[in-house]
Amino acid sequence: MTTFFIIAILALGFLITFQIAKASEYVSVLRGLEKARRQSNRINAFLLLLFLIGGLIGVYFCNESLKGRVLGEAASVQGEEIDLMLKITFYITGIVFFITQIALFWFAYKYQESDKRKPFYYPHNNKLEVIWTVIPALALTVLVGFGLYYWFKITGDAPKEAMQIEITGKQFGWEFRYPGRDKIFGKKYFRNVDPANNNPMGQIWDDAANRDDIWMEQEMHCVVNKPVKLIIGSKDVIHDVGLSHFRLKMDAVPGTPTTMWFTPKYTTKEMKVKENNPDFVYEISCDQMCGKGHTGMRGIIVVETQAEFDRWMAVKKPQYLVAHPDKDPSVKPAATDTTKATAAAVIIEAKGNFAKRKD
Amino acid sequence: MSNDATYHGPSEVVTTHDVHHDEHHVHHHKETFITKYVFSQDHKMIAKQFIVTGIVWAIIGGLFSVLFRLQLGFPNVDFPILETFFGRWAKGGHIQPEFYYALITMHGTVLVFFVLTAGLSGTFANLLIPLQIGARDMASPFLNMLSYWFFFTASIVMVSSLFVQTGPASGGWTSYAPLSALAEASEGSKVGMDLWLVSMALFVVSSLLGGLNYISTILNMRTKGMSMTRLPLTIWALFFTAILGVLSFPVLLSGFILLLFDRHAGTSFYLSDIVVNGHVLDNEGGSAILYQHLFWFLGHPEVYIIILPSMGIVSEVLSVNSRKPIFGYMAMIGSLFAIAILAFLVWAHHMFVTGLNPFLGSFFVLLTLLIAVPSAIKVFNWLTTIWRGNLRLAPSTLFSIGFVSLFISGGLTGIFLGNSTIDIHLHDTMFIVAHFHIVMGVASFFGMFAGVYHWFPKMFGRDINHTLGYIHFWVTMIGAYLIFWPMHYEGLAGMPRRYLDLTPWVSFNKFQTLNEMITIVSIIVFAVQLMFVFNFFYSMFKGRKVTSTNPWGANTLEWTTPINPGHGNWPGEIPEVHRWAYDYGKDGREFVMQTEPIGTNESKDH
Repeated sequence: MTTFFIIAILALGFLITFQIAKASEYVSVLRGLEKARRQSNRINAFLLLLFLIGGLIGVYFCNESLKGRVLGEAASVQGEEIDLMLKITFYITGIVFFITQIALFWFAYKYQESDKRKPFYYPHNNKLEVIWTVIPALALTVLVGFGLYYWFKITGDAPKEAMQIEITGKQFGWEFRYPGRDKIFGKKYFRNVDPANNNPMGQIWDDAANRDDIWMEQEMHCVVNKPVKLIIGSKDVIHDVGLSHFRLKMDAVPGTPTTMWFTPKYTTKEMKVKENNPDFVYEISCDQMCGKGHTGMRGIIVVETQAEFDRWMAVKKPQYLVAHPDKDPSVKPAATDTTKATAAAVIIEAKGNFAKRKD
Repeated sequence: MSNDATYHGPSEVVTTHDVHHDEHHVHHHKETFITKYVFSQDHKMIAKQFIVTGIVWAIIGGLFSVLFRLQLGFPNVDFPILETFFGRWAKGGHIQPEFYYALITMHGTVLVFFVLTAGLSGTFANLLIPLQIGARDMASPFLNMLSYWFFFTASIVMVSSLFVQTGPASGGWTSYAPLSALAEASEGSKVGMDLWLVSMALFVVSSLLGGLNYISTILNMRTKGMSMTRLPLTIWALFFTAILGVLSFPVLLSGFILLLFDRHAGTSFYLSDIVVNGHVLDNEGGSAILYQHLFWFLGHPEVYIIILPSMGIVSEVLSVNSRKPIFGYMAMIGSLFAIAILAFLVWAHHMFVTGLNPFLGSFFVLLTLLIAVPSAIKVFNWLTTIWRGNLRLAPSTLFSIGFVSLFISGGLTGIFLGNSTIDIHLHDTMFIVAHFHIVMGVASFFGMFAGVYHWFPKMFGRDINHTLGYIHFWVTMIGAYLIFWPMHYEGLAGMPRRYLDLTPWVSFNKFQTLNEMITIVSIIVFAVQLMFVFNFFYSMFKGRKVTSTNPWGANTLEWTTPINPGHGNWPGEIPEVHRWAYDYGKDGREFVMQTEPIGTNESKDH
């Protein structure tokens, strides 16, 4: 019902506006078109000036009220560089913005039609034109220079000690693979993908490097102050690994792996304090439209200390063993049924094994 | 001067024109409703057909944006009226995800192609090219007519796609493969996508027929004395627009054809290593990124196809209404040319985060930021044009000033996005939505409005209501900034575009009140556009009749025609041109029309 009211009100408002407009036209005909035109000229010139002043106040107000809601300090070393670049661009474009907008509206107000003024016949001035070709060119050279310096730094090779994690998008979620103890990802082939038989990544089990690879969904862990290299892929359509707090993103393209690396600066716990938000988590947002579930394609990154990470990793079981329970040394060959109790026992034992291997 | 009569007489060019005119004169008497209003070959009527179709599309496309803004502004509110109209697409008064994505896809496609390409250059190229260069009609009136009817057919196909059971295409206006290639990946990638591709193919044909016609008309059919450097800037802008379209649309078409093959013929141009819904596909070896290269090879020039005509219109309107020549005419042409060239060399800046080679990316950064130079030249030249002028603030002038303001705002945010380092963070966020809506969406609309208000008397022989025009301008101007300015901040916070509900996201749920405000303002702005449409059609039939052939005191040739020119434009000979289009305020005279010969005592400039 309210909708109809709104529509009715809009229609009425429209009708009134139209009648006023029509009446004003008749009035202007009666008063003399030229006189009416000059009056509306003055009104609009004044409004342009008002728009300039109101607009400048609005820009300031908008900035004051929204800047607090823009993400706080970048949470990665690379993000800091991007923020610095943003700041440089912000100031340079800001200066141009204010000069040109003020000039535009001020001229429009100042040089409104008047009988006293003769328009100045001024078709060109080569010197002026050279000046305003060269100045933007120089400013842009600075921006390109800084931009490319950081661009190559950020997109350059990851440090050798970087932790490698494979992240794969699918409709609609994220999957992760850790290379395990050997730090080598086993080979995979998309035709082997078979989630029903515990092979969601299409790992080739014959490859020995696959024996210790660990697979998980939706949540990824990494270590603070330690570079992380993401090897990004997709199973179906193009997705995008968007890490707004780290200021990074990279597409996940089916058939063409991409990479991105960064160094997280704060643990999730530290960020909860910094952001003053107990619910804070690092989110992975899919930034490339991927279908109807695009909005819900949310992953989580937990940044923690090395000790916390090791403890978390210790209980993870390689996907090879999940797919081949018979090869699992921790599962007794006789035990064919995997009830919850035995599964728990497996995890505890695996944890023990992992801890031993670390030593 | 008196020698103009002697120039006219024996000239062969004029004679052919006369014959041409006579043909049409005969033709006039046999004109039926069908030949005059439907299958018309008169460029002026075709222009009107383009703008009316464009208006219908703009209403549809605008309405779609209002609908998805409702979802974004009020994700937890039910609107039962939506279910009344859209049934299962808005179950429980709540826009369903498939519907949401169909709406944004159609909003983009419709506004980019059908409104701001066909509706803008279709209208003004058709209307202005023959009138301003002094020609009786286009080089091929028949192809020109076909161009409109291909557009019309494309429109019919696109509309029909809205009514298929699985819904229209919903992969975004870019329709990236593999999402658009795999029927299993999305409802919108079923038959809706095929109809989208067919419609776009027809649209490309329309655009090519139109573009070739515009180019050949401008190059070959200028009247005597109308050298290229005497052309009004509108014509230059439309000329470059047409060239951009002719060179880039075929690439898009080829991309679409490969997509059709991937969809139906089992090829793997864009597909490789795909497991969709647990179903392993056979395709191997294709590249999903190839589609993006082919798409953006048109897609980027396309944004200049949209903005250049507006630049031309704004240059003309600002000069006429400042009563002052356009500043730096040659620099304006040069910058248009530079923009047209660079438009072809920057497409991969849409692809910085696709895994593009960073070294290759660096060239695209350089070339992209280079575009800011000719853009800056244009802005400074417009500013200098109004400086020390005598501004008549007609609605067309206000929209032109608004255009410059928006072009500055949106152009500067382009410098953020064109720099790949910053693009890593801002890519595919609301920042880019704010950027391109301001610089190419709203700004181009402003140029279009400026053109409509300025040439309405020429199109219909009647004046459009100015009071409504002023209301239209102020609400749209303030509304555009209210909608898109704060949106930049959402983008700086990393809020992704094409999300339909931000509440579950810890990082992005801080903008709910802002989103509500944006939605409410966009509804108001949309309502005011409807008011403009009403004004347009009302004034077309009931507006005050124009009494002067040259109501604005402009120099260009269209104002030498009768108030309601017939097919052939000039009842007598086509006038001869003796000077450039911008002698305003020269030697103390308010304006000197292009047809007036150079006086003996005239000062040197032009």
